[in-house]
Amino acid sequence: MSKIVDARGLSCPQPVLLALNETKKINKGEIIILVDTDTSKENVSRLAQQSGWSVGVERAQEGYRLVLRKD
Amino acid sequence: MTTIKNFFATRWGIISVGAFIGVFAPLLQRWGNPANMGICVACFERDIAGALGLHRAAVVQYMRPEIIGFVLGSLIAAYAFKEFRSRAGSAPVVRFVLGAFAMIGALVFLGCPWRALLRLAGGDGNAIFGLLGLIGGIWVGTLFLKGGYNLGRSQKTHTSVGWLLPLVMLGFLALMFIFPKVEGQDKSGVLFYSLKGPGSMYAPLFVSLLIGLCIGFLAQRSRFCTMGAIRDFVLFRQTHLLSGAIALAVVAFIVNLILGQFHPGFAKQPVAHTMSLWNFGGMVLAGLAFALAGGCPGRQLFLAGEGDGDAAVFVLGMIVGAGFAHNFGLASSPDGVGPYGVAAVIIGLLTCLFIGFTMRKEVA
Repeated sequence: MSKIVDARGLSCPQPVLLALNETKKINKGEIIILVDTDTSKENVSRLAQQSGWSVGVERAQEGYRLVLRKD
Repeated sequence: MTTIKNFFATRWGIISVGAFIGVFAPLLQRWGNPANMGICVACFERDIAGALGLHRAAVVQYMRPEIIGFVLGSLIAAYAFKEFRSRAGSAPVVRFVLGAFAMIGALVFLGCPWRALLRLAGGDGNAIFGLLGLIGGIWVGTLFLKGGYNLGRSQKTHTSVGWLLPLVMLGFLALMFIFPKVEGQDKSGVLFYSLKGPGSMYAPLFVSLLIGLCIGFLAQRSRFCTMGAIRDFVLFRQTHLLSGAIALAVVAFIVNLILGQFHPGFAKQPVAHTMSLWNFGGMVLAGLAFALAGGCPGRQLFLAGEGDGDAAVFVLGMIVGAGFAHNFGLASSPDGVGPYGVAAVIIGLLTCLFIGFTMRKEVA
């Protein structure tokens, strides 16, 4: 079961900080981040990719569902 | 459309937006805006407060079309790319207070982060102390962010909530047309105008408005933010936004050289004072307030344009803060800090620390 981080409604840079904390906790595997703005989607994706995670973007209710993966 | 959308999220996208501002800010000076103040979000919102009579400092009263353009340009971009999203409810009163103190800090230095860069690009050495203060204030802000500081979640809300600040800006624009400046008069209908000083210096209305609209559009697409530039570097060692801010300064410097607007030195710089400690201190306060509120004053205008009601409250806080700053002798002048400027900076810093220490919440 992937960990789901709900960052909807949080403003910059909270979604990135939450995502980063989670990636540091598990190091590899899959994390799902829920965001509600395009800015958060871009920021989380940019930082996740910078630290070696692949990012899949899916449209979801009220925003996006970002699937971060690292093997 | 998608290509454009992706381009502005790239490194070259943000650099091109910084460069665009770096070209047009010095040109706006050439076309009439005050020296080293082609664009200054804090100064221009302060001039708007003056035009509305919220303060009566006679030299800084003008309804700046650039600010109106920033909000409306962002609104247009947000609708064009289906990003307009009305949201509000993340501690609005805190954002108002942060906006007011951010303005007070900026007016002790005499400029927002954009103007700090433009002052540096024009040769004003005093800007170095302001920029160091800005970095210091934002650094303190990142410590709070790391410690769990946040203002809580916003909620999706009625579309009209997100429209309120853009509508206010449209109203301001209408007032400019209904009550245009009358030569030699300091008042036209409900609007105040300056007869001398920075408020009497401005580029033609349509030029200012058009450049404001373009910057608003581009900045909404690219998420240009001078506070975020420093914050993201400190927090994540990320240079994405920073490259945009650096592009602004470098290009403005080159354009100033070409236009003969580069005058290096510390003394007698335009709309500036040489009290280094308070150039620094004012911007520590402003930087901390921007960091706690999640955006520089420009970014708050762009967010307000794309439907963020909390950013709109920050903007209103800044405009009201400008009223306080000039009514109560907090703002600096070329002679130095105002009689109560130092006290206001200290109270502002204490208020920001109170907000930073007490507003922590586990949100995950």
